[in-house]
Amino acid sequence: MTMRSLSLPRILGAALAGAAIVVILSIKLNTFRDYQIAEIAIYVTAIAGLTVLTGLSGQISLGNGAFMAVGAYTTALLMLHLGWPFIAVLVIAAIVTAAAGAVVGVAAARLHGPYLAGATLMLGVALPALANAYPGIFGGDQGLNVVYTAPGFLGASFPLTRWQAWVCSAVALVTLVLLANLARSRVGRNWRAVRDDEVAAALAGVNVARTRVLAFVVSATCAGMAGALLAIITALVAPGAYTITLSIALLTGAVIGGLGTLLGAIWGSLVIVLVPTYATDVATSHGLSTTVASNIPVAAYGVVLILVMLIFPQGIQGGLLWLLRLFGISAARPSHTASTTDAMPSAGETPARPHEKEGTQ
Amino acid sequence: MKRSRSHRLRLPAIALVATAALAVAACSSSSSSSGSGTSSGSSSSAALTASAPGITATTITIGSHQPLTGPAAPGYSEIAPASAAYFAYVNANGGVDGRKIVYKYLDDGYNPTTTASVVRQLVLQDNVYAIFNGLGTPTHLAVESFLNAQKVPDVFVASGCDCWDQPSTDPETFGWQLDYIREGKILGQYIAQHFAGKKVAYFYQDDEFGMDGVKGLDMEIPKSMVVSRQSYVDTNVNIGPQVAALRASGAQVVVSFSIPAFTALLKLNSLKLGYSPTLVVSDVGEDPITLSGLLESFAKQGGATVNGNELTAGIISDGYLPTLGDPGNSWIALFKKVHDQYDAKAPFDGNVLYGEAAAYTFVQAMLKAGRNPTRADLVNAINAGLPQGPFVAPSAYSPTDHDGVTGAYIGVIDNGVLKPETPVYTTDTTATGAITTVPGTQPSAPTSGIPSP
Repeated sequence: MTMRSLSLPRILGAALAGAAIVVILSIKLNTFRDYQIAEIAIYVTAIAGLTVLTGLSGQISLGNGAFMAVGAYTTALLMLHLGWPFIAVLVIAAIVTAAAGAVVGVAAARLHGPYLAGATLMLGVALPALANAYPGIFGGDQGLNVVYTAPGFLGASFPLTRWQAWVCSAVALVTLVLLANLARSRVGRNWRAVRDDEVAAALAGVNVARTRVLAFVVSATCAGMAGALLAIITALVAPGAYTITLSIALLTGAVIGGLGTLLGAIWGSLVIVLVPTYATDVATSHGLSTTVASNIPVAAYGVVLILVMLIFPQGIQGGLLWLLRLFGISAARPSHTASTTDAMPSAGETPARPHEKEGTQ
Repeated sequence: MKRSRSHRLRLPAIALVATAALAVAACSSSSSSSGSGTSSGSSSSAALTASAPGITATTITIGSHQPLTGPAAPGYSEIAPASAAYFAYVNANGGVDGRKIVYKYLDDGYNPTTTASVVRQLVLQDNVYAIFNGLGTPTHLAVESFLNAQKVPDVFVASGCDCWDQPSTDPETFGWQLDYIREGKILGQYIAQHFAGKKVAYFYQDDEFGMDGVKGLDMEIPKSMVVSRQSYVDTNVNIGPQVAALRASGAQVVVSFSIPAFTALLKLNSLKLGYSPTLVVSDVGEDPITLSGLLESFAKQGGATVNGNELTAGIISDGYLPTLGDPGNSWIALFKKVHDQYDAKAPFDGNVLYGEAAAYTFVQAMLKAGRNPTRADLVNAINAGLPQGPFVAPSAYSPTDHDGVTGAYIGVIDNGVLKPETPVYTTDTTATGAITTVPGTQPSAPTSGIPSP
């Protein structure tokens, strides 16, 4: 399931299947699970953008939580003061975050490896603090309230969380389709070319700087839309929700799922949303003392991260493909193996390549 | 070849998506449908029925969100286990009208997004009867409108924000502890009377908590006395600049509306600069046992050794519950007994007292709500007013006022306990409202330890 191997009809087919699954699950499951579906969809939207940035264009970002905050605050301010319908707000939020992404991207395109990580880390820490610096506009620590209701034609008894699950999943699926399409287009090829060897890409006529900035814009836009969705499902936009922990959770999800693969973004989101809930249920049902039980979810999260990285260095998606090949479901041909690895570089190998090259010159 | 490869991969892809669907479906195994929400009579002879979501013939299930991990966990993470201890005591002594209280509190790490998620889990999936003592201003604000839209009683929020007192827009929400405006007024009057002519400075958390406190202080302390106003955000532990500004202002009295960790940082940063003003600290930030533990551990991280009890000595604060320094008080004796029996691993400090006292108020409200209560019955019972219980001053509960306790005494910390120095004062949240002394003494705790219906 490399992104390149998919044709447009197949991508659309997969998206429709995904939509059908969401609709069936949201009706079958209770309203809290609907809320979790919405949460998962939001993480999918944000992580898909990040996995494209890191996996395909080879740039790391520890600041995508801040882009989510930009999208969320844009949403809250527009809905609060202008009362616009959500779909219009979502578009504006995407545009505003794209602009923010372009600004950051211009700076980021000049940086590599740890320097880029450091710069985006600063963004992730500093930007949400603006809400405290201008409490008059952003409501300070208390944040801004967002009022969002299900449309009237669904009837009064239609659960709001189910509607939220549908809206969030729709945005997530459209994002996945667009990203899959982008990844297999010339833009995606340019990203991979720049990731693998900047000099070779430049020699081949690729505008390296513009390609890298574009990746940042795409990634930020996805995060902005995720932020807008998070604003309407939690009904509150407060800086406490967009700390550096969120940015790191997004990167963790991308890495656990499998960097550079869109299906990996789905696995990563499932882990991030469901593991803490499961771990809490297990911890409380076994009658552990509060101090122990309350730390179990955090520990479980860490254990999952370590195990996935040890057993499947290419993330869950890489591990699943490996398992499928092991059981001969798709007989391994040399060309297949090569292209799979190609589509899923590990985070570490990417920045190292230019240096290796310099060393051999 | 490209085509054939993608064709081959389609089957695995579908298998993967199906696995994901199953994984999500599996989580729904605990989906519940308890409680049908029909109202029934509440005469004392009526059989116990499942009268509301979360209420069965044998149990009352309530939920809460608490900071069990994260920046607010030190001290505050003791509150919910203490409430659970008091509920265990009530359950062991016949329960509430024969029903046992099941208290399910989940960790939100003091992050509003997590609060939104765990409270939805409690309400939509676990079908709790009410949310009890949800902790924190920014966190609980994230769920206040959701709980009111769902008509879930949102009782005795563990925060002194005045924002819980909005009966017209949020009829389900009730405060419990002394709100920060009243607290600011009472502390402010004491400062204006006892430190007349001295320079006063404020140090406060930059949110509703700190700003409500400052609002109350400003109602009583003349503007001319205040020489500096410094705020902090709870995500930045570097408060060196603020403390330097306080010192530079020459303030002799510093009033601090801060959480325990930041009260400790304020004290240590002042010490480092050789600055030792009289500290006046809000009740939420001064629990002497929590504070001295924090002081010792922070100092240790910095490579120094301090005696926590020596450093907290002389801090002025207020109390709306009886002081832990009076073991002869009937309420302290009761809560100590329950603590020793059910929660002995935690230190018996202000947070434990707080958790047990809030649980006591909840049992009071449940007993008033009737034998087979609906959710509305609980709200109506609190609106009709509750007895003073463990509070040192009366509570404000009425259909038009959802604040909890209305007053406190002022005391000075001495050897790890707050020693009361003044009578109990009571006031309202307006700038013009007078501060008066509460007449008489506090009613003592029932000998059974359980409120009478």
